[in-house]
Amino acid sequence: MTAVPHLQIKNLRAKIEDKEILKGLNLEIKGGEVHAIMGPNGTGKSTLASTLMGHPKYEVTDGEVLLNGDDLLEMEVDERARAGLFLAMQYPSEISGVTNSDFLRSAINARRGEGNEISLMKFIREMDKKMKTLEMDDSFAHRYLNEGFSGGEKKRNEILQMMLLEPSICILDEIDSGLDIDALKIVANGVNEMRSADRGFLIITHYQRLLNYIKPDFVHVMMQGRIVKSGGPELAERLEAEGYDWIKEELGIEDETVNANV
Amino acid sequence: MSVDVQLRFGSEAITEYSKANQEPAWFLEKRLAGLKAAGELPLPALEKTKIDKWNTAGFDPFQTTAKIASANELSDLVKGQIDVDSVKNLVVQKNASAVFQAVTDELKAKGVIFTTLADALQNHGELVQKYMYQVVAPDEHKLSALHAAVVNGGVFLYVPKNVEVDVPLQAVYEVAGDQALLCPHVLIVAEANSKVTYVDTFVSGEGKDMVANSIVEVFVGAGASVQVASVRSLSAEVHDYSFRRATVDRDGKMEWILGEMNDGNTVANNTTILKGTGSNALTKSISVGTGSQRQNLTSQVQHIGTHSESDMVSKAVMTGEAVSILNGITKIEKGAEKANGVQAENILMLSDKARGDANPILLIDEDDVKAGHAASVGRVSEESIYYLMSRGISRQDAERLIILGFLDPVVSEIPVEEVRNKLRQALERKLG
Repeated sequence: MTAVPHLQIKNLRAKIEDKEILKGLNLEIKGGEVHAIMGPNGTGKSTLASTLMGHPKYEVTDGEVLLNGDDLLEMEVDERARAGLFLAMQYPSEISGVTNSDFLRSAINARRGEGNEISLMKFIREMDKKMKTLEMDDSFAHRYLNEGFSGGEKKRNEILQMMLLEPSICILDEIDSGLDIDALKIVANGVNEMRSADRGFLIITHYQRLLNYIKPDFVHVMMQGRIVKSGGPELAERLEAEGYDWIKEELGIEDETVNANV
Repeated sequence: MSVDVQLRFGSEAITEYSKANQEPAWFLEKRLAGLKAAGELPLPALEKTKIDKWNTAGFDPFQTTAKIASANELSDLVKGQIDVDSVKNLVVQKNASAVFQAVTDELKAKGVIFTTLADALQNHGELVQKYMYQVVAPDEHKLSALHAAVVNGGVFLYVPKNVEVDVPLQAVYEVAGDQALLCPHVLIVAEANSKVTYVDTFVSGEGKDMVANSIVEVFVGAGASVQVASVRSLSAEVHDYSFRRATVDRDGKMEWILGEMNDGNTVANNTTILKGTGSNALTKSISVGTGSQRQNLTSQVQHIGTHSESDMVSKAVMTGEAVSILNGITKIEKGAEKANGVQAENILMLSDKARGDANPILLIDEDDVKAGHAASVGRVSEESIYYLMSRGISRQDAERLIILGFLDPVVSEIPVEEVRNKLRQALERKLG
């Protein structure tokens, strides 16, 4: 990939059923950058991730999202993925009967396209290597996709997929939830290994803890379905120390969730 | 109530076929008794399926084909089912003829008999007579009576005490030609502490209005272990009726792995009778309903022995306007203390016009037992499709992965690689 990846989100509005959750969100992510979005529960963080990926439950009502200049919202979910978008999900599905390795190979080959499939040997070598980085047991390759995985195992498996698919824009939706500190370090290692000038990250989290291990370049606070404050890593530290009340006070927000009447 | 059918054959044709195959007198008597009973008995009563309009008796029963000398001369259709170079123990039947058979000297030296039913009737008549029709009686219903009257092939497999056969024994059954009949009787006798695997495949060639009517009887001796796998890929022109039944002695183990891949109407009943203490039954079956076919598939276990255990898993994928009734029957008799029977029927619906019924039935006459069932009828989850698509996999491929994954727990258990691959191919064909 030659061009630096570029994701532009302009005035994005989205609803689930009849409830508007994203209320005009703007954000720009370029290759080499790590953005973190923080915010209390119910402010629309995960909705942003799902909407960008194209989850069928969310309907975009206004705004624009461009990936490398192309209209992302016009693309099907699989096209978005093949265009370089990746979402490490908070609650990945369990797919019975499909082994992790069969799934991963299908995904890699979908990305590479017909006639350019990865050789089985190379695939196994790559997968073994990444699984070692993530300290995953060999048996994961042959287990059914996410079936019976613990919360932490699912998160590692999401990062494994990200490492093998080598996307250009990676969204990590609460990848830290339910992880103990050791697992968190392993997952963060995997992410840090992937940081490069031709890859951008959007990290969604409740807790500043994750950002000790994955240093963000930009930190954004989300409330009432939009980004209300942006800054550098120092913003995350202040949030950790003081909570969100000072932002609410500063901006005159009473209820930060999307249910709030604005 | 029975329906009068103008049969295309009578006692003369039956007698002629029996004599041509040098069958023992007792067997001809069974045939003629079956013919008489077929005119009197009703069709089997099936849960939620009426078969009185199906083709049950409209066939010419004894269409014959010449024998061939080597496996290389087998038809491409049959060759497609087996690995001609590696399969050493094989019986191939087409309509009313055993066209090929091979068995290794090694197997013979162990005292194992693996041969066509016709050959067994001539050369091991007493042994066959001792077991045949002992668990499936000709007078159960019209279809079993018809079977007895016109049985036109099959296999006899006998494994002596303490003998373990470590390679799967295979059979391929082909039906082809207008009004052709495939009516094999598979008789498997595994003596105490023996072990054997038998795998068969059913295929059909060109032809209209064909019928397959098969019976499988399995006798699992004390401590013996028998595995039977069957994959049926008959065309829409074949109406297929199969009644498979095993009886299991103390500590014996019976395992069924069934791929019901027919395109035509199908009735299959698979029953294991757990007679002995500590006997065990495992039944795994998958089916795919396509087009406008009707299927009635029953898995059944009868617990008689104490500490007997059973596990039945049936999975069906429904497409088109197909209708499938999946019955799971766990019957625990009085006195079968500490018995444990579980069953699950899962149906995946891919079409609004298809119908799939899962009927788990527990019949328990003993208090000190465990039994459980789980049934589900569902669709491919949009959440799962979204997840796979989010990794770049197209919707079509995502659906296919999920459907094949749904069936994989059974497919991956098929003991012979070629048969497993054929089953996967049949799945691909049916799921288009």
